[in-house]
Amino acid sequence: MSAWFAQHRAALAAALRRLWLAPFNTLLSLLVIGIALTLPGFGYVLLDSLRDLGRSASSVQQISLFMHIDASKKDVGEIENRLRQASDGKWRFVPKEEALKRMQKSEGMAEIVASLPRNPLPDAFIIEPTNSEPETLEILRREISGWPKVAHVQLDSAWIKRFDAFLRLGKLAQWMLAGIFGAGLVAVTFNTIRLQVMAQAAEIDVARMIGATDAFIRRPFYYFGALQGGLGGLLAALLVFGALRLLAGPVAELASLYGGNFSLRLPAPGEVLGLVGLGAVLGWLGAQLSVSLSLRKFD
Amino acid sequence: MIVASNLCKRYPGGFEAVRDVSFQISAGQMTLITGHSGAGKTTLVKLLATIERPTVGSLVVNGQNLAAIRRSAIPYVRRNFGLVFQDQKLLFDRSALDNVLLPLEIVGLPRREAVRRAQAALDKVGLLAREKALPIALSGGEQQRLAIARAVVNRPTILLADEPTGNLDSESAAQILGIFSAFNQVGVTVVVATHDQSWVERYHPNVLRLDHGRLI
Repeated sequence: MSAWFAQHRAALAAALRRLWLAPFNTLLSLLVIGIALTLPGFGYVLLDSLRDLGRSASSVQQISLFMHIDASKKDVGEIENRLRQASDGKWRFVPKEEALKRMQKSEGMAEIVASLPRNPLPDAFIIEPTNSEPETLEILRREISGWPKVAHVQLDSAWIKRFDAFLRLGKLAQWMLAGIFGAGLVAVTFNTIRLQVMAQAAEIDVARMIGATDAFIRRPFYYFGALQGGLGGLLAALLVFGALRLLAGPVAELASLYGGNFSLRLPAPGEVLGLVGLGAVLGWLGAQLSVSLSLRKFD
Repeated sequence: MIVASNLCKRYPGGFEAVRDVSFQISAGQMTLITGHSGAGKTTLVKLLATIERPTVGSLVVNGQNLAAIRRSAIPYVRRNFGLVFQDQKLLFDRSALDNVLLPLEIVGLPRREAVRRAQAALDKVGLLAREKALPIALSGGEQQRLAIARAVVNRPTILLADEPTGNLDSESAAQILGIFSAFNQVGVTVVVATHDQSWVERYHPNVLRLDHGRLI
């Protein structure tokens, strides 16, 4: 067991020495790997932030009920009665006068509203059902549509569905991007290790002659690939962290201008570790492929 | 003990470097493989060191038939041999000590113990004072002594050398001869391929004389 540890420690030391002795090459490789992992890493955190936004928005799904423009107070009363019986959630009546006042307050709308000969807006109800399952909401929407003097019923979760579809698309694109850049990382490591094997041909030849096993010869290259990939992953995490820190302020400001409180979250420690681990695994894979092919000529 | 029976080595293209060679070397014996250039000395050393595999015949070393061992077992067999080459095959980017440490790293000896043994091996060949020197800073004779230190550091039962004095002046060659003899006297089986007749005159060893791949 101590021999096993000694060999692994020696292999790790050899890999660190190789990284240290070629600082320029190491830096360039880390930059390439870091940038390759930054894009999918950034995409992941960004989409996750947007998914949080979708989740918080979907918790207040609403149905907007618009009355006919000629609906009377009695008609409105009838709807209120039906809502009391039909819905277990909250609902709120928005009189046409209140709607017009709100419209007037909207930027650039005051003059337009003032120029109108009469109020074109109908009375409305905003309904927030307790059960926000899409199927339940759809059934409720259809039922309400059949009530007297109801002109239009709008299920306000449609945008959430579209937003969710957009997120799914974004997630797919992110995984495709991760796959492409992951393959790039494997290729970078493959080439670096291939050059190292060529440069150390004499050492490998001598080591084999004096009793080195394949595992002994391969091990430092595996450690090198994993270390390079892992450090590249760490660099990517730092780049993602930096980019999100820079963007967080302007994004929050933009969101507040639209009346929201959306903010970008920074990567969690587990996600940083995940990025480092992913880099290490891909680096190891590149080393494995490269060493297997490069060492054939020594057989 | 080394027992070769009807050993043949034919290379792709049909050239037969070793033809129907049979011999026996007892444990602790010093044996010279002699012959003119191209006689098959180097090929025979490579067969003994499992660097080459015989085409025909058997080669039994310490009870193990090297002609029939699995590829994965070869590294472990090689650890029983100390190998010295005419061109030394040193690692020129590593210090003398690090060169000698390599076989011990391969077997996974803990660093402290490995350094102690490597320094002892360097001391035996008179190079302890130069342990930090790179091989390029050593003379030809010193480089060959360094190669011997690397060959013996794992305490092999058999020391194999291919023309170890081929590139050396007479004084350095005599030093190398003395070192091989000293290892032989403590029980190490020494097999040396050489065309240097001074070995025969000085140590009266067992001699395997090759001519065109055949033992004569």
